[in-house]
Amino acid sequence: MAHTEAQSLRHYIASEERFFFDRHTRARFTDLAGGTSLGGRLEELTGKSVLVATGSQLATALALIELDGIARRFTILPPDADPEHFAAIVTGADVDAVVVDQNSTASAAFDLPIRVACAAEIAAAGRLPAPTRQTEGVMLTSGTTGVPKMVVHTLAGLTAAFRGRPVVDDTVWGTFYDIRRYGGLQIFLRAVLGGVSLILSSAGEPIGEHLDRLGRHGVTHLLGTPTHWRRALMSPAILRISPRYVRLSGEIADQAILDSLHGAFPQAVVSHAYASTEAGVAFEVRDGFAGFPAEFVDRVRDGVEMKVAQDSLRIRSPRAASRYLSADAPLADQDGFVDTGDMVELRGDRYVFAGRRGGIINIGGLKVHPEEVEAVINRHPQVRMSLVRSKASPITGSVVVADVVLKDAVLKSSADAAMNELGRVKGDILKLCRDALPRQKVPAAIRIVASLDVAATGKLARRYG
Amino acid sequence: MDQIAREHGKSLAPLRDDLVLLDSGLDSLGFAVLVARLEDKLGVDPFTASEDALFPVTFGDFVKVYENGAH
Repeated sequence: MAHTEAQSLRHYIASEERFFFDRHTRARFTDLAGGTSLGGRLEELTGKSVLVATGSQLATALALIELDGIARRFTILPPDADPEHFAAIVTGADVDAVVVDQNSTASAAFDLPIRVACAAEIAAAGRLPAPTRQTEGVMLTSGTTGVPKMVVHTLAGLTAAFRGRPVVDDTVWGTFYDIRRYGGLQIFLRAVLGGVSLILSSAGEPIGEHLDRLGRHGVTHLLGTPTHWRRALMSPAILRISPRYVRLSGEIADQAILDSLHGAFPQAVVSHAYASTEAGVAFEVRDGFAGFPAEFVDRVRDGVEMKVAQDSLRIRSPRAASRYLSADAPLADQDGFVDTGDMVELRGDRYVFAGRRGGIINIGGLKVHPEEVEAVINRHPQVRMSLVRSKASPITGSVVVADVVLKDAVLKSSADAAMNELGRVKGDILKLCRDALPRQKVPAAIRIVASLDVAATGKLARRYG
Repeated sequence: MDQIAREHGKSLAPLRDDLVLLDSGLDSLGFAVLVARLEDKLGVDPFTASEDALFPVTFGDFVKVYENGAH
């Protein structure tokens, strides 16, 4: 059945048996047509703002289907959310109920009037309230220091990239990318609207076991970030799967990973999608090359319009979020364009990605602000100044490296002594970083340099990323 | 590798040619750091330098990439 209007998720549940799988559980989500994973407590949740804070992705998947059309708003708590931000999230989204499961590590942190347990077993329910309202979906960004921005979407916007498209019957979706992030959520929604099964990962599951499960369930369509795919290609279990559609999103795909995936899956379409939590899915590139054709820009394709201004990619799209919940800044400019902060360069007839504005570094989907790392390095008494930048890495896309200028005294001793001293200072700086920062922010290498470029503005000269 | 494992609070499996890298105790970030440190020491990153980037599965593969890259 092809729906062109967005209805609530429950309307899409097909009559055939379809499943969500994770490492421990097989949930027949088609049972939700007349059943519940939330103890039948939908009446209580009607019109409420609900925080979905389950430990497992599978529980989130079930809860979202039930809440859509019932709750006023659901907010999806990502797995790596910082407990320090929980209070701000509850206030910002005006939360009055929380959905948890037995794996919720965050569970105890939320003291809310309504608390609902989500079970992976779907129980038969009596009369359930009909999904009638348009529920707001709120996702958290990963791109900021401090409290994440809360981005408001509608189901119509979230599903616009694929709603109404025919789905081949034997499709089985899988994702390495967590469905509580925008790119992963797209795949959850594609599976539900397409009426097909979806294979999810479980927290702490080794990649080999996950690949094994994907193979056993006959995955045909599989999503991961370039970092997920690089890790998968390093596992002998990669031979267990033979998807016919390989999708990358969440990070910029380089030519090496695209070539490696073509080599590993010669029969498959290898596609990299560009999306952001704010701008939604902008485009998909299937020609096997990194970057995107220049002809994508300055025209409307599939309802999505792109332009490049001051070297950054801007998007106006019906798939974009409608607003931020709490931030003062508007999400889009006066003309409705969202500035992605992704810098692009035209090379021939193709745009290539040149990094993030402000030098923000993406390590396997986690963003690192160079200033935060520099602040830690600069605490070292022998450091005069430092510049943290990204360096291309074959394994994680990029790693953090630091160029450090030392105060003069260190270099004035004899050559041998200076080498030893430099080694010691580098070691000290690394230790300082390891003690103060999460591991993805600790520089992989430190280079001692004589000076750093300072721009006319008096700030450190940063390349994009 | 020992040093990186220690820095990341992991313990390393005994290194043999047929050891699967993902079972070695280092995760992807650990390997990314290893490749960056080796480039610092050797002046070469054979993964990025080579046209046909093959992803190493075992420790033996990993060493071979560096042996080939040194030519």
